[in-house]
Amino acid sequence: MSDPDENLPAQHLNSAVPSGPTRREFIGQVAVAGIGFGIGSNLHAEDYFQKTRAAAPGETTVHLEINGAQKTLRLDPRVTLLDTLREKLALTGTKKGCDHGQCGACTVLVNGRRVNSCLTLTVACQNAKVTTVEGLAQGDALHPVQAAFLKHDAFQCGYCTSGQICSAVGLLSEGHAQSDAEIRELMSGNICRCGAYQNILAAIKEARVAV
Amino acid sequence: MNEIIGKPIDRVDGRLKVTGGARYAAEFQLPNMAYAYLVQSTIAKGRIRSMDVSKAVAVSGVLAVLTHENAPRLKTPPEDKSFESKLGEKDLLPLQRDQIYYDGQHIAVIVADTFERARDAASLIKVEYDPENAVFQMEQALSQAYEAKESFGRKAQSRRGDPDAGFAAASIKCEETYITPIEHHNAMEPHATIANWNGDELTVYDSTQWVLGTRKSIADLLGISAENVRVISPFVGGGFGSKGFMWAHPVIAAMAAKTVGRPVKLVLTRQQMFSATGHRPRTIQKIGLGATREGKFTVVSHRTTTQTSVVEEFLEPSGMSTRVLYDSPAMEVKHLLVRLNTGTPCPMRAPGEASGTFAVESALDELSYKLKIDPIQLRLLNYADKNPQTNQPWSGKNLKQCYERGAAAINWAQRNPEPRSMREGRFLAGYGMATATYPGNRSAASAKVQVLRDGSVIASSCTQDIGTGTYTIMTQIVSEALGIPVARIEFKLGDSKLPKGPVSGGSQTAASVGPAVQAAALSARSKVVKLAIADKDSPLHGRKEDEIVSKNDRLFLADDTSKGETYATILGRSQVPFIEAECQTRVSTREKSGDENTGTKKNEAGAKESGGGCFAATSDENVDREQYSFHSFGAQFAKVQVDPLLGMVRVVKWVSVMDIGRVLNLKTARNQVCGGVIMGLGMALMEETVLDPNRGRIVTRDLANYHVPVHADIPDIDVQFIDNPDPFINPFGGRGVGEIGITGAPAAIANAVYHATGIRIRELPITPDKLISA
Repeated sequence: MSDPDENLPAQHLNSAVPSGPTRREFIGQVAVAGIGFGIGSNLHAEDYFQKTRAAAPGETTVHLEINGAQKTLRLDPRVTLLDTLREKLALTGTKKGCDHGQCGACTVLVNGRRVNSCLTLTVACQNAKVTTVEGLAQGDALHPVQAAFLKHDAFQCGYCTSGQICSAVGLLSEGHAQSDAEIRELMSGNICRCGAYQNILAAIKEARVAV
Repeated sequence: MNEIIGKPIDRVDGRLKVTGGARYAAEFQLPNMAYAYLVQSTIAKGRIRSMDVSKAVAVSGVLAVLTHENAPRLKTPPEDKSFESKLGEKDLLPLQRDQIYYDGQHIAVIVADTFERARDAASLIKVEYDPENAVFQMEQALSQAYEAKESFGRKAQSRRGDPDAGFAAASIKCEETYITPIEHHNAMEPHATIANWNGDELTVYDSTQWVLGTRKSIADLLGISAENVRVISPFVGGGFGSKGFMWAHPVIAAMAAKTVGRPVKLVLTRQQMFSATGHRPRTIQKIGLGATREGKFTVVSHRTTTQTSVVEEFLEPSGMSTRVLYDSPAMEVKHLLVRLNTGTPCPMRAPGEASGTFAVESALDELSYKLKIDPIQLRLLNYADKNPQTNQPWSGKNLKQCYERGAAAINWAQRNPEPRSMREGRFLAGYGMATATYPGNRSAASAKVQVLRDGSVIASSCTQDIGTGTYTIMTQIVSEALGIPVARIEFKLGDSKLPKGPVSGGSQTAASVGPAVQAAALSARSKVVKLAIADKDSPLHGRKEDEIVSKNDRLFLADDTSKGETYATILGRSQVPFIEAECQTRVSTREKSGDENTGTKKNEAGAKESGGGCFAATSDENVDREQYSFHSFGAQFAKVQVDPLLGMVRVVKWVSVMDIGRVLNLKTARNQVCGGVIMGLGMALMEETVLDPNRGRIVTRDLANYHVPVHADIPDIDVQFIDNPDPFINPFGGRGVGEIGITGAPAAIANAVYHATGIRIRELPITPDKLISA
């Protein structure tokens, strides 16, 4: 691990190119090579990335507090907080919907703030306090946001629900959610493809009173 | 009697979903799990000349790299006409050959001890291709368009009367072409499979709308007995049609697991889903309407050209609903297909109806302005009191009420019919409406109900809950049949070991599985009642079965509620550990060879065994469904505001009034319609998959570039139901509700945009550029 650039994900042709050709030159080459055949461009990109990547990195130690429990983990530094939760700690309540910070299904609270855990490397969370959907209820007593989601049928398939709930908890603790328009706007980073938005709005409004 | 059916109870699986405890396919914990990562082609047509996997294999932790050169060989499945399973791409078995048919085709899978290492290794595979000229735009291949034969057993070409004469007799004609783009389902949960071999036995945890279809497809491809495959899918993070047919990844996971001798988890990335898990294909629809001056149709014609891939023939049957929507003496529906080098399309929420009603219901709106007749009035003038194609009576249709209630709720009467006449501040305001329709599908299903000694109940069927509420409504049906509270009933689904259930597609689960569950519950109850009648120690001893009713865990005499006892007491005295009944229903409203959604004949071969000896299933099957046509209808009303400078459209109010027979749970049913409307709003205003015109690669392959509606896009949505039981669909009178909400929704918005602006947009989505350049 000598050059930090070397750890850029290699599979995305449109990600910023760290060194060598500028982004513009690179795209230009792709465009020229792409006309007519469509194949040359990709070979070009593959060659380029294969020259610049590094050997697989080793493991690092990370200490975290997750839902009140202390965890010390040995991790590949490429592991995201999302994959740490789901794959290393079996906390599968937090969901992977897009892995690109575009859907919000992976939302958790880190030191009380909402984050997309798919965009957060675990090594960047040293000593952080992480709260996931599994950490919201007190024993059998649901968190008011969870109870309101259940009552208002604020989900269908349930896959975006953990992220919606964590976002809503964060939103309320930040003192937002003062109006319908504000809730709708500030919850727009959490996609619900089933379309339970109206019920999510009703649930957050109810929980606003309780929280 | 207990009136639990219909009540808006909370979802019985809701607590698991709000606490993160619901377990989806990729979330099962197996020891020694390995991770698979797919590699996809980057050309649209040609051959793989070479694949250099040396760098991938060298990555620490990599266990296997499978390509067409070394992957286990698969069997070509026999053609399945019984619809017990369905491959997404029957002519493309994964990792078997070097041919590339479309960009984004799976060409390799890497298995490693961690996800990160598998993903890293996948980026190191170097592929060289011999590309060939690919065709991936419909317009490039229209000369090769051919007439499709059928869609799920329904004829793809049909007509009635004399369409030419109909056009000749018309005083007013409206002929326009409407276009809908490629769309992607984008369920929130990515497609995922865990495969685990134990000797010759395979267990698959899969995100699927069709557990048994997946089991059979995997077994067929691997050349093993379906008995040796178990598929488990208790929770599915949305499907919308993309998880019905089996795609390549479950069998790739099985091959990978076999190769490395460990359980393998394979989750598609959001990007990979765009090419390899289906889409709604693009349609070009030519609608022709002919009418008299008074607005009575003389002809309706609907010619759809749409696309499929070169490895599968899937038809988006946009014209199907046109045959039954309106009364017209002449009608012609045509479907043409073009084969392209793209991923394979598949059903997406209301396949055919969603795209088709956009075209037809827009055309009706255009005709209404030409005729200067109110759009609702035009629909009433051509109202079909019976199925116009088959002349059968409807099993239940209350569409006039839907129009009436919807118009009242959105205040249609205060609409100035003149286009571009209504302003609200700097916005142009407009109202639009459209008819919604979806077939009332029902197919065979079976279910089991066990009453345990403590009076609790386990009911089960191999069906699926894809967010639709299956767990909840089935629990309600059992509760009502037994008189046992919901809290004491556990409903199991999503496991191929359970009694056979159909695909969760075609909005058929409630109407199909419900009767089987109800029959099994009634049969179990009857067994318990008989036990009590025969038991000298029971207060019900010697009474007749029909004197006995049940409520709140108790069985008692209808005319003397003091005489009775609980299920637990009856079973406690008996020697049996539990009472069990399994029932099978064989009723289908999906005609295999005919033209329409009509019931099947009641006394088919083997009907004597129908119901598995269960009286409730037998009496259900004795209804003559052949006489009736089963369809749901509804009315969609939209109010929009359009910014005249920016071309931005906002839907500000929505009303849907649906006739789906009896509503089984108002809460979940309402949510389904809202979801359909919202997907329709996305279809109308933002959803569109764009291909690179040079390479045929999808460029909108993530959720930042493929826009689905977000919270801030959504207005208040008023959903109402007529809630009249359909007396013929099943004993409780409920038709499905999963798909009808999207139908008509894009047209209602397009019609509202026209009313607001005077601009008719005939190609979805209605983006600002189209309004500004119009």
